[in-house]
Amino acid sequence: MRGRDDEWTGLMRSAMAGDDAVYHRLLKAVTPVLRAAARRGLARAGQPVDQSEDIVQDILLAVHLKRHTWDSEAPFAPWLFAIARNKLIDALRKRGKRVFVNIDDFTEILPGEAPEETASASEVAAQLSTLPQRQRDVLQSIAVDSASIKDTAAKFAMSEGAVRVALHRGLAALTAKLRDR
Amino acid sequence: MDTDQLIRTLAADNAHRAPRVGAVLTLALLVAAPLSILIFATFLGMRPDVMSAMHNPFFDMKFAVTLSLAIPAIIVSLHLSRPEALMRGWGWLLLLPVGLLAVAIGGEAMMAPAMPMSMRLVGKNSRVCLLAIPAMSLPLLAGALFGLRHGAPSRPALAGALAGLLSAGLAATLYASHCTDDSPLFVATWYTLATALVAAIGALAGSRVLRY
Repeated sequence: MRGRDDEWTGLMRSAMAGDDAVYHRLLKAVTPVLRAAARRGLARAGQPVDQSEDIVQDILLAVHLKRHTWDSEAPFAPWLFAIARNKLIDALRKRGKRVFVNIDDFTEILPGEAPEETASASEVAAQLSTLPQRQRDVLQSIAVDSASIKDTAAKFAMSEGAVRVALHRGLAALTAKLRDR
Repeated sequence: MDTDQLIRTLAADNAHRAPRVGAVLTLALLVAAPLSILIFATFLGMRPDVMSAMHNPFFDMKFAVTLSLAIPAIIVSLHLSRPEALMRGWGWLLLLPVGLLAVAIGGEAMMAPAMPMSMRLVGKNSRVCLLAIPAMSLPLLAGALFGLRHGAPSRPALAGALAGLLSAGLAATLYASHCTDDSPLFVATWYTLATALVAAIGALAGSRVLRY
C-alpha cells in the first residue's frame, strides 16, 4: 500500500502542476479501489451493490471539485479516502441507512480484488439532462463524443475559454444537484 | 455517462484552478465586515471615555480575550476545511480565551473590589451585550460560511460552529470598545453566552450549507 500511496501522491502533484494526462491516469487508477470500497459499504448496509457506480461517480466529482483542499506536501491517499468515506456515508444515509464506514474499507483493499467492469450509473446521467443547454452540450461533447476542448469549441462556434467555463460550471452544477437531490 | 467518460471529462477540466480556502474566507470576511461595522456605528459607537479606558488593563484584556477567540477559530476552521483533518492537537487553541479569562478573573479577585461582585457580574449592559454580539456576528457568520463552503469539511456542523466562534470573536472585539463593563466576570458570563448562541447558529447552518 505504501508504494501505491507514494505513486498516487506523485501523480497528483504532477496533475496539480497542470499535467492533464497524468490526472486522467490517476483518476483511472483510484477508481477500482473506490468501487471496491463502495461495494463493500453497500453490502455491509444490506443494499444492492449495483448502485456502487453512482457512489464512485459522486466521489470522483467531489475529488475533482475539492482538489484545491489537498495539501501537496501531504500524502494523497488519506485525503482521497476521507472524501470517499464522506460521500459513501452520505449515499448510505440517503438510502435511509445509518452505518459506520470504516476507513479500513479503503486501505485494506488489494489491487487485484477490485472488480474491473464499469457498472451502470444513472444518477449523473439523469442530472445531466437538467443542466442548461450549453453546459449539457459541452459536457456531452467531451464525455460521450470524446471531443477535445478545441473540437468542442469549433463544433458549437464557441471560444475555447467559453467551453472551459461551461465545462467547469456544468461539473459544479452537476455536483450540486447530486448533493441536494 | 459511464465512469470512464466522467473521468475523461474531469481530466479535461484539470486546467481550472480554484483559489485556496484561506483566500476565499479572507475575502468573504472583508466583504462582510463593513456590514457589522455599520451596525456598530449606527446602534452602538465607541464608549465616550475610550481614551482613558485604554489605561485600564481590564479594558485592554477584553480585546485580548476576543481576539484570542477569533484568530485561533479562523486557524482551526481553515484546518478543518480539509477533509482528512482531525480536531486532535488543535482543540487546545480554542482554550486560549478561557485561560486568559481565568487569569483575568484571578487578577481582579486579588485587587480591592471597586464594585460588589454582583454588580461586576451583571453590569449595566448585559442585555445589550446579548443582542449586539449576535447581531454584529450575523454578517460575519454568513461570510465565514460562504468562505468555508469552498473547503471540504468532513464534519460540517463542527466547521459551522467554528465559523460561529470566529464571527462572534470578531463581533465581540467591536462590541468591547462600546461596552463600559470591563470586569472579566462580565466578559466571562455575557460574552460567553452570546458567543455560544452564535456558535449554535453556526453549527445548525453549517450542517446544512457546509456539506459538499
